[in-house]
Amino acid sequence: MTSAISQNPMTPKPGKPWEPTLKERSQKILNFFISLGLSFVLLFTTGLNGKLGWFIAFFISFTVVSFIAEFRRAGKPAAQDSLLTSVSRFAITLAVIPIVSILATVAVKGWRGLHWGLFTQDMAQATVNDPIQNGGMLAAIVGTLIMVSLALVFTLPISILTALYLTEIKGKFTRPIRFLVQAMSGVPSIVAGLFILSSVIYPITGERTGLMGALALAILMIPTVARTAEEVLLLIPNDLREAGLALGATQWRTVAMVVVPAVKSGLVTAIILGVARVIGETAPILLVSGGGESTNFNPVSGPMGSIPYYVWKSFQLGGTEESSQRTWAGLLVLILWVLFLFTIARYISSRSQKR
Amino acid sequence: MTDINNSGRDESVQTPGESKEMKTSTTPHSLADVASARVAKAPGSTTLGSGLEARGVHAWFGSKHVLKDVTLDFASGTVTALIGPSGCGKSTFLRTLNRMHEFIPTAALAGEVLLGGKDIYASGTDVTKIRLRIGMVFQKPNPFPSMTIGQNVLSGLKLAQLKVSNTDDLLEECLVRAGLWTEVKDRLGEHASALSGGQQQRLCIARSLAVRPEVLLMDEPCSALDPGSTFRIEQTISELSQTMTIVIVTHNMQQAARVSDYSAFMLSDGGPGELIEVAPTNELFSRPRDKRTEDYVTGRFG
Repeated sequence: MTSAISQNPMTPKPGKPWEPTLKERSQKILNFFISLGLSFVLLFTTGLNGKLGWFIAFFISFTVVSFIAEFRRAGKPAAQDSLLTSVSRFAITLAVIPIVSILATVAVKGWRGLHWGLFTQDMAQATVNDPIQNGGMLAAIVGTLIMVSLALVFTLPISILTALYLTEIKGKFTRPIRFLVQAMSGVPSIVAGLFILSSVIYPITGERTGLMGALALAILMIPTVARTAEEVLLLIPNDLREAGLALGATQWRTVAMVVVPAVKSGLVTAIILGVARVIGETAPILLVSGGGESTNFNPVSGPMGSIPYYVWKSFQLGGTEESSQRTWAGLLVLILWVLFLFTIARYISSRSQKR
Repeated sequence: MTDINNSGRDESVQTPGESKEMKTSTTPHSLADVASARVAKAPGSTTLGSGLEARGVHAWFGSKHVLKDVTLDFASGTVTALIGPSGCGKSTFLRTLNRMHEFIPTAALAGEVLLGGKDIYASGTDVTKIRLRIGMVFQKPNPFPSMTIGQNVLSGLKLAQLKVSNTDDLLEECLVRAGLWTEVKDRLGEHASALSGGQQQRLCIARSLAVRPEVLLMDEPCSALDPGSTFRIEQTISELSQTMTIVIVTHNMQQAARVSDYSAFMLSDGGPGELIEVAPTNELFSRPRDKRTEDYVTGRFG
């Protein structure tokens, strides 16, 4: 009985037979070096030159070399497969280069301008052309925190309820509202600023304050958060809603106890994406919050600064080495903030997916 | 506030009859608690099973007529199996019985469904109270992903805002009846998504038992289960049928023969699904009156 129950008392060693063998792996490395060599040959024998020229030459030679290698190994389908892989690698490289370049430039140039006083002093007593040790970003950081938090308070109920209307209530106005929300997410930020300026500041308050800045930011944030929230709510299978309703729950109890808890992490992501959307906004802040130089904790009176405003001002009003350093340092702080928020968003959503 | 007062009065009216029932019936104490809480919540319901009567039910999706003139009685305390080939309208019919049909945007309906003599589609009917009395088990397991195993079982009480004192007993009772207790008793705090598909389905059955409905609709509840779990669920159906009216859609004719008192055969000849024959189960399987029923139960088509 060869097909009977296993007679071998030894447990075999766990392996991964589907992974490429050493030979296949060294073939790939060899391909890489062949195409590297070929790319230099191309560079010196044709009209291509410079970094970009080398990049194109390398792309062409790598595509050709791996196409031939795959063709020899496994025939035409595998070769076509490798062609597509090479092209998509080329595309992703092109997409990543500017991002990495921006981050690297800001990090290198901004790093020198970082000093502790940046977080403890404001620009009330300093001008942008002063030595970098004089003054700092305190007013800007406080202003950004207050305005973004206030905008969040306005946005949160409106956008989540909008998303719930679009996905759960599905009333007569679902289609036009979905269209409006999508259109609104394309509104230029300067328009949001002008809207607050002409509808609130000129006719009613007459003063540029942090609250006005928060209102303008909220207008930009609502569509982003509402759309993302709508998308995560649409991912919830209808079975879950039906299960809740079949147990004798009202629609709102089902939404509150079943649907919303199931997408909690998605909603957190939506909120953080909304914050990241507005944290770098400069135009509406310039128009409506007044862009103060001294630290102001009161959003309803007096002008309020923000990090992007600090960056803009350092660049616009400066012209010296010092002001340029200020600009880069401000950019670095802003980018670190946004990166920090995105990291949290990624962490929260990946943690809930693992469960 | 007034609602609570009303329901309190209803409860006190019901109490004498109910305590008599509890002595005679086999309903365990924890489920009886739930039943009386449900009666308090939905006045007019009973702690025992109620009969359900479908009267000339038609159903449409858009302009497509999918169910034609089904009239069928489900007597209190019986198990009725709905059999028939795929696409004959069994599930649609089942969903008209607790008003889940109306969730499909294009759905339309004609006819009446009487629960305890009252039309559940009559205007002014509180649909949540209807669903509290007529529970449902779905074909695909759909536990609530944000809740633990224990919370899932008791979720019906929270969702419908029923107040029950001893939930620990209830939890065990429902999980035992769904054949899941021994597998999950040490992991009640884990998330429901940690369970296998078959376990999730038994969890959903436990969840629908926990609100102790008068009528339980089951849409192919065992299609994702292994034979052992199927056997346990069938046992549960037999136990529950003494105090509950059960309607079960099944493709498994042996199962229909094992669990049901009555069987109804439905068929669609390309047009809307129709009820062909309904009879006590042993009669339907041994001496079908209609040629089409005979062909189906003997496996000649479908």
